[in-house]
Amino acid sequence: MRYLMFVATDPDNDADPTGEGTMPIEDWCDTYDAAGVRIMGERTRPAQDATTVRRRQGKVLVTDGPFAESREWIVGFDILECADLDEAIDVASRHPMAAQGRLELRPFWPFEDAAEEAT
Amino acid sequence: MDHAVATAICEQRLRIVAALIGVTGDWDLAEDALADATERALRRWPTDGVPGNPAAWLTVTARRRAVDVLRRRALETDKLVELANDPVFGEDGMAYEVSAGSGRPGPGGPGPAVSGTGADAGLHDDRLRLIFTCCHPALSLEARVALTLKVVCGLSTRAIGRLFLVPEATASQRILRAKRKIAHAGIPYRVPDAQHLPDRLDGVLAVVYLAFSAGWSAARDPAAASEAVRLARLVAELLPLEDEARSLLALLLIQHSRQEARRVDGRLVTLEHQDRSRWDRSAIAEADALLGTGGAGWAGATRATSTGGGGWAAATRATSTGGGGATRATSTGGGGATRATSTSGRVNRGPYRIQAELAAVHARAERAEDTDWAAILGLYDELHERAPSPVSGVARAVAVGMAQGLARGLAELDALAEHPALRDYHPYYAARGDLLARAGQHEAAAQALARAADLAPSEIERTQLLERRREVLRSPG
Repeated sequence: MRYLMFVATDPDNDADPTGEGTMPIEDWCDTYDAAGVRIMGERTRPAQDATTVRRRQGKVLVTDGPFAESREWIVGFDILECADLDEAIDVASRHPMAAQGRLELRPFWPFEDAAEEAT
Repeated sequence: MDHAVATAICEQRLRIVAALIGVTGDWDLAEDALADATERALRRWPTDGVPGNPAAWLTVTARRRAVDVLRRRALETDKLVELANDPVFGEDGMAYEVSAGSGRPGPGGPGPAVSGTGADAGLHDDRLRLIFTCCHPALSLEARVALTLKVVCGLSTRAIGRLFLVPEATASQRILRAKRKIAHAGIPYRVPDAQHLPDRLDGVLAVVYLAFSAGWSAARDPAAASEAVRLARLVAELLPLEDEARSLLALLLIQHSRQEARRVDGRLVTLEHQDRSRWDRSAIAEADALLGTGGAGWAGATRATSTGGGGWAAATRATSTGGGGATRATSTGGGGATRATSTSGRVNRGPYRIQAELAAVHARAERAEDTDWAAILGLYDELHERAPSPVSGVARAVAVGMAQGLARGLAELDALAEHPALRDYHPYYAARGDLLARAGQHEAAAQALARAADLAPSEIERTQLLERRREVLRSPG
């Protein structure tokens, strides 16, 4: 299964400064690139450089800033290829931002499943 | 007749559903196949007679139904092949096909779904895979409890809605969403590996405990509480080396043993005032045996039941007669008398063990005034040492009051008074009122009890607290 992993800051400010159980980002990337788990990933520019795009009543609306009304900022993403959610959780839990921020795992939605999901 | 059907279905339902999910990965198909087999049994057995092996009959019938559905879909050929080769549903099960009315099982072949007996046989059991999947931490806690009660225990969505005071549609939606997340997020159908097992087991036990409490708290649904005890028993049987699983079963058995005594005329009766002759002594004896078997495993525990589990009783006697020293030995968990009964040294005294031992001390007192408060205080100290929390602090303060004098208990409660977590925690005021009343401070006691009644979460608890308040105000002094 493929997962999009959002890497985000944590507004709760309860970071674990020891980073225990995680790896430095270079090691994390090397490890999971070598294992074929990390398909790709990038760090992103901060929220003030974000642009939100919508189309409403035939008009394209472009606004400054991120769409998420949340206090956490997405600072990067990775695409993971894992056997199942347990493996994805394990991989995410070793990312340095697991201790400093938070990570969200979103499973990809395969095209062929889209039809069965009108609800 | 209906009894035979009910028993067979009860025994077999979970195995069938768990194995079908394991093979097909399709939760709805599994439940549908079971429903179909059940319906056929109810239709045919009254006229054709009950088959010699009702469980096998149900298994085979459910499997056929699943195969039919898969054939109709015509896509899932690999699953079909797997279903035909599955040891649970394999062709040997067919040997049990019963000719109408004969009531004799066919020749040879092991029965379906014989569970292993080795130490880790449980780890490969479909039922355990199902339980761990239902209790996966990627599902919300309420979804975990609802899904477990529905799929593992076979409760109806209606009963689950009643239990959690939500409309049936809400309960149904919760379960549906949980099943979808399992499928879409890639939650695996398996027992976690050794590295993750302790954490994940805690999650399973929390769900079992919550399921029990929901049925128990306001005595809303005794049936759900019984189901939770059955579930605890299953988890303990499947994981014979896990002391916390065994301890949770013991804890629930003891709580459940008071079922008949804790409600009289629709009113809750406190532990102190319960008619102890109405406690289910066999359940308490079983719990004692479970707690006394350290790592001896399930078979040992069950055997010990018949002998009354003397080991544990003796160990506690050693603790309670030995004065402060012995109690401390227990509470530090270091080779105390309780530890000595463990045969493997695997016992890691977790929170459920301590809570179960607390319940066991209460259960052993023939009258409320015989309660060994020193032993109880020792266990609360141990609980508090591992995970200090204001909530366990309240219970500990009561034990201090009963073991070392009311004034000291009240002083402990005073020290907790400012804690924000306790500001609206009704047991804090109930405990305060109780200790004050025992100390003869009736006015102050009545005030605390009134506050507790205001904060109580259910009518039945409110009634009980106000009753106690009236009693205090009536007493002389």
